[in-house]
Amino acid sequence: MFGLNAKDTRLLWIVIGLTMLAPFLLNPFPEGSELAQFNAGYPDLMQRFVIFGIFAIGFNILFGLTGYLSFGHAAFLGVGSYAAIWMMKLLTMNVIPAIIMSIVFAGLFSLIVGWISLRRSGIYFSILTLAFAQMSYALAYSVLTPITGGETGLQAKISDPRILDSNAGEFGRANLFGLHMNSSYELTIGRWEFTVNTGYYLAACVMLISFYMAIRIFRSPFGMMLRAIKSNQQRMNYTGLSTRPYTLAAFVISGMYAGLAGGLMVAMDTQVGPERMFWTASGEVVLMTILGGAGTLIGPVLGAGMIKYMENIISKINDSILHQWFSFLPDGLEDVIVAVVHPFIGKGWSLTLGLTFMAVVIFLPGGLVEGGQRLGRLFGRKSAESDKKTPPAE
Amino acid sequence: MGILEVKGVNKRFGGLQALGDVNLSIKENTVHAIIGPNGAGKSTLLNCLVGKLIPDSGSVMFDGKSVLGRKPHEINQMGISRVFQTPEIFADLTVLENVMIPCFAKRDGAFRLHAFESVGQEGGILEQAEAILSDVNMLEKRNMHAGSLSRGDKRRLEMAMCLVQEPKLLLLDEPTAGMARADTNNTIDLLKEIKATRNITMAIIEHDMHVVFSLAERITVLAQGTPLVEETPENIKGHPKVREAYLGEAQV
Repeated sequence: MFGLNAKDTRLLWIVIGLTMLAPFLLNPFPEGSELAQFNAGYPDLMQRFVIFGIFAIGFNILFGLTGYLSFGHAAFLGVGSYAAIWMMKLLTMNVIPAIIMSIVFAGLFSLIVGWISLRRSGIYFSILTLAFAQMSYALAYSVLTPITGGETGLQAKISDPRILDSNAGEFGRANLFGLHMNSSYELTIGRWEFTVNTGYYLAACVMLISFYMAIRIFRSPFGMMLRAIKSNQQRMNYTGLSTRPYTLAAFVISGMYAGLAGGLMVAMDTQVGPERMFWTASGEVVLMTILGGAGTLIGPVLGAGMIKYMENIISKINDSILHQWFSFLPDGLEDVIVAVVHPFIGKGWSLTLGLTFMAVVIFLPGGLVEGGQRLGRLFGRKSAESDKKTPPAE
Repeated sequence: MGILEVKGVNKRFGGLQALGDVNLSIKENTVHAIIGPNGAGKSTLLNCLVGKLIPDSGSVMFDGKSVLGRKPHEINQMGISRVFQTPEIFADLTVLENVMIPCFAKRDGAFRLHAFESVGQEGGILEQAEAILSDVNMLEKRNMHAGSLSRGDKRRLEMAMCLVQEPKLLLLDEPTAGMARADTNNTIDLLKEIKATRNITMAIIEHDMHVVFSLAERITVLAQGTPLVEETPENIKGHPKVREAYLGEAQV
């Protein structure tokens, strides 16, 4: 179906199902229960899951297929965001022009950066992209203040011209032909509460389209050429193939994905700041891709979800919550356990992430996807129908 | 007039004259061996033919067109394929994908953004790739990772990748280097079969005299960057100049 083989079609349907049901699946614990803080089904976080999912899917087309490790992809995300906010300031609060222009501008910028950076490979390529991204950050922060708003960034304001929007009363609310991105429908079933949010579903649909296109690219002759470049550039050249246009095309495609993610961020929350282009943001997408499984289809999405979950959920847990959890223990022991767990929660969430990342890289070089495959094989063997059970990913 | 005409080629690396006034003519549909002691300039000459090195002076004409200043992939598209001393294949791809890539290169040229077609639906390409794999007896290994093949199979796969492009000239850089006797004989048989079934010109650089005398129709002896003689194998064996420069130390 959709020009995909049976296995890929099934994977696509699973991802469609999961993203469409996410507001329910991510809120498994009843409101007011002790575990409710592990619920991730609120709009802001779910939007981040899918938007960073898009970012990582695009990054994986470059890094996973060609092996070129870019350390500057946040620059394209930032350029996409600035293009989107300008569309909202000048044209309309409808998100469509903003999203389209974010892809266009990020694509053009990545064409320039890629044209120069791809003259080198390996560590030199990585450093060149890092330099470009840091340069973009510094420019956005200072010299380009008239365009970027400098340190404070840009917001959609009531005084903006917005030539296509006649109704000034509707100011400041990003919409899709009148559907407001931040409008939500609260659904209460017993003690459970679910939030169905317009913005999330728009972002989720865009993510599904992006994911589908990524599968097509992976299975195309073009995708095969990219994997061949990763495998042996010398043989590519002596087989009559020019590697530069292939790597450049992959670079621009992944830059456009990053721009799309940046545009969607603005569509969800109509403001931009230069910190979006900082090198740590570029590093984050590298972590997401490797954590999930570079070169696999679903890996980057899983990695993005895992990192954003830790960043938002583990960081919320504090000592008083820990005391509640371990209150069944004798007083002295309770304090010891809380003291031991303390560094890993709250502000220490990055320590937990770091340890998780190290564990994955050491024990599961193929990322979370490899973990899933191993589990699949394990259960496949036990249930004695190993042929029918296929690993969940790729 | 040969398919490949090398005239007055010089190449110098610092103080070392690697090639000095090399003239070479390879005729169509022949197997031409280039032999010579270590450091004679065989590899330098080969690299000048495929665009990896650019000679300081002289001309290299292939099929009536100059190859000088062209990039390796452009020269390949002109019809020169190259087999390396250690097989250069796509180790992370399957055997079938390895031979599909040259098929795409032949059909679509140096670059095409075919990002929304499906590899599985490329009927003509798939048939071509499977046909060449069955020619080299590797069809049953089509779904194996190329990196896990034995060395002899890697050599065959590389040969298949070159042959599927139907090159006018196939360059072989010590195709049997480091091989056991049995593998060497297999390679000779494979090359003989290729010679018998296809219209192809081959240039072989080789140390192994057994390989050279089993295959070559013309032999050029290179010594210190200059061709000494060009002759048929029968005449090379007894040639006094050759004995002096090269064969004096080898068993023939």
